[in-house]
Amino acid sequence: MEADITLTVDGRPRALRVDTRTTLLDALREHLDNTAPKKGCDHGQCGSCTVLLSGRRVVSCLILAAAADGAEVTTAAGLGDEAAPHPLQQAFVEHDGLQCGYCTPGQVCSAAGVLDEAAAGWPSAATPPDDLAEGSAPVLTDAEIRERMSGNLCRCGAYAGIVAAVGDAARAHAPAESGGNR
Amino acid sequence: MTTTRAATATGTGPRRADGPRKAAGTAPYAYEYPVADLAYIAPVQATVARGRVLEVDASDAEAVEGVLTVLWHANAPRLEPDPDLSGLQRAAELAVLQSGEVAYRGQVVAAVVAETFEAAHQAAAQVTVRYEQFPHDVDLSDQRSDAVAPEEDHRQGDTAGAEPADVVVEHTYTTAMQHNNPMEPHSTVAHFDGAALTLYESTQGVHEVRRTVAAIAGLDPRSVHVIAPYVGGGFGSKGPLHAPTALATLAAMALPGRSVKLALTRRQMFALVGYRSPTLQRVRLTADAQGRLSGIDVVATVQSSALADFVEQAALPSKSMYAAPNRRMGHRAVHLDAPVPTWMRAPGECPGMFGPEVAMDELAWSCGLDPIELRLRNEPDRDPHTHKPFSSRNLAACLHEGARRFGWDGRAPVSAARTENGWRVGLGVAASTYPVVPPPSGSRARIRYEGEGVYVVSLGAADIGTGAWTALTQVAADALGAPLERVRVRLGDTTLPEASLAGGSTGLASWGSTVHAAAEAFRARHGQAPEPGAEAEADLPDNPDGDDFAMFAYGAQFAEVRVHEATGEVRVPRLLGVFAAGRIVNSRTARSQFLGGMTMGLSMALHEESVVDGRFGHVVNADFAEYHIAANADVEDIQAHWIDEEDPHVNPLGAKGIGEIGIVGTAAAVANAAYHATGVRVRSLPVRLDDFVGA
Ligand code: FES
Ligand code: FES
Repeated sequence: MEADITLTVDGRPRALRVDTRTTLLDALREHLDNTAPKKGCDHGQCGSCTVLLSGRRVVSCLILAAAADGAEVTTAAGLGDEAAPHPLQQAFVEHDGLQCGYCTPGQVCSAAGVLDEAAAGWPSAATPPDDLAEGSAPVLTDAEIRERMSGNLCRCGAYAGIVAAVGDAARAHAPAESGGNR
Repeated sequence: MTTTRAATATGTGPRRADGPRKAAGTAPYAYEYPVADLAYIAPVQATVARGRVLEVDASDAEAVEGVLTVLWHANAPRLEPDPDLSGLQRAAELAVLQSGEVAYRGQVVAAVVAETFEAAHQAAAQVTVRYEQFPHDVDLSDQRSDAVAPEEDHRQGDTAGAEPADVVVEHTYTTAMQHNNPMEPHSTVAHFDGAALTLYESTQGVHEVRRTVAAIAGLDPRSVHVIAPYVGGGFGSKGPLHAPTALATLAAMALPGRSVKLALTRRQMFALVGYRSPTLQRVRLTADAQGRLSGIDVVATVQSSALADFVEQAALPSKSMYAAPNRRMGHRAVHLDAPVPTWMRAPGECPGMFGPEVAMDELAWSCGLDPIELRLRNEPDRDPHTHKPFSSRNLAACLHEGARRFGWDGRAPVSAARTENGWRVGLGVAASTYPVVPPPSGSRARIRYEGEGVYVVSLGAADIGTGAWTALTQVAADALGAPLERVRVRLGDTTLPEASLAGGSTGLASWGSTVHAAAEAFRARHGQAPEPGAEAEADLPDNPDGDDFAMFAYGAQFAEVRVHEATGEVRVPRLLGVFAAGRIVNSRTARSQFLGGMTMGLSMALHEESVVDGRFGHVVNADFAEYHIAANADVEDIQAHWIDEEDPHVNPLGAKGIGEIGIVGTAAAVANAAYHATGVRVRSLPVRLDDFVGA
């Protein structure tokens, strides 16, 4: 069975016909030639396929394309490109938060989600109880970043660089600007 | 951007050349090349561990809309029955769909090729395979009478009667089966036009793929083109070829003109692309009361496959590590109805430095010695194995420097001495080593002057995340006396000059030395003011010192471990490694290599274990939900340092290779720290909370 859907991918409206079994990840990779999101497991277990769906980070292998009809999708390629990188992408390169690079676009999208979630005041398992009580936006300490980025596996073991990169970007990311999650 | 002075490129830390493309997601990996007339391959795997395929009923599968063909041994194209392959390859593993014999559960017994991914996978699930099933055997033990010694044991003196033996440490240490699990699944896109074959392949060496695929397919290597500029990790499993590459080749030959694509599922990767054998290491150390070793005896039992042989060389590192007059190192291989094991990061050294390095810690406790002091007392003045002098050996310097940086001096000399907030805290140390593997011959590099100051360096090497791209740019810039920004490196394509496989941490030594030689040849031929279009090529130079020295890199790894008093949960808040690996060409990417190895070592210490169900012969925890690898939150304060080491004997760059040593010794350091924290000695990996609960 097939479905006609539209997606806005990295700011560009796209119309396509998909098998109703096609995941959002495969729709992007196989039908729209956007291979920034990677397939590492197809089971929601590795984070390589992370994209921003209406601004929120999701694992695109667990979403059916047909169910995402009308959605706004941002991939790492939409956050920035080689010529005009997103500050997070720049920070990943600066801190060498990557080696083979296969998990990296997912890490970058996930990190973008982390910055917004923290700015919107969302706690994590690593948020100190006292901060929770105050209801203020959690400070993205290394421990917070590690916890919040743990859905994105990196077999090359670039975690130290990833934490440094996200930390840099978090310090540059003024909470007032973000407006939280839509 | 400022112009970097060429003479200083080596040893600095320019950013990863391929970093911006990778961070933006625009660097194409094998599966991602836009090709025309696509079709998708879905393998069907054996559901018996040993047997014979009697019949494949593909009628339901063929009825699925979009299915192009269903291949099995009765209709698949024939491969060369006796191909001439390099020593790295296992012909039997690559003889996919050439017979009905099933040698392990999960083996490819059929495959669907279809117009869409969804149709291929649906149809694969509808293929019915009828087997004649035979009894199977997948139980590894060191008590089996059918274990074979693949080579004669290495013996010096008599370990059984080694004297003095005031202190004896004798135990069995075990490491788990592990799967490489690079983040990018093994992938191939293959196109055959009836004469020429093009492969986009996730591989550690395009030329090795070309040679091997040409041999099995009966093609002239010149008509096989392999492309792999970006590779999403390999850690050994993308070195030797495995069944999926052969399957994609077959499918391309069955459907000339189509571009057939195969990316393994994560689950399939637990059967089809190799693994690290579990090891059972019987270690016996004898020493005098002052901790001077009189004997080292290491016999490692490992598993191989009934289909083809691969023996994890776990006893190997003990041959050269410490001085002792009496020594024996040997292997025992048990051939099981299991997939063929393969290289996994530091094969041999990584598991092989677990048992002996924990045993050394036990010896230190028995002698009442600091484990660093024990290791210093057993430093050999030449290689105990070959009796050659070391080209350089700075284990002692690594231990001293690591102790200083880690704060080792404050460590309590008794175990189970420190508790903080319900956590028992301990510190541990272990040594690392990895040989300077002689680079395989056959690498060649080309340098061409493009004009306007730009040089292009070409060779078919692979950057699987190592940073080779960046480091080779630095090497070429220095050797040419050109600014870094004016050097472009081309990698990962068989149309470029031949390069050896990325393996054995030889990349930089091998390709770097070759690029260095090509740059010298270029200047010798064309001088300092070349015409645009000027070119020179050179081969990997011979190492005149190659036979005269024993060459190894060393390291010392320190771990702080916390074990929760109530739950037994194990955490590693600090991990610090100091390495002596010759000259470091790029400080930024080298640090990542060391840290990445240590992180994988931590993962081995605490998480990784492929569990085989003996009744069925397969790995049951075949995904990331159940085969755990270290996640971000598992890694806390992790540091890698190195000492300045000049070694003029290893190669013109003085670089020893750093891709693997970081994983060696980490797990032993963690287990040793866990003992210091709790007084519980864990001799079996992974270290688990149930080792401590109630202990
Ligand atoms: S591919 Fe989606 S989480 Fe792994
Ligand atoms: S950079 Fe290779 S998996 Fe993360």
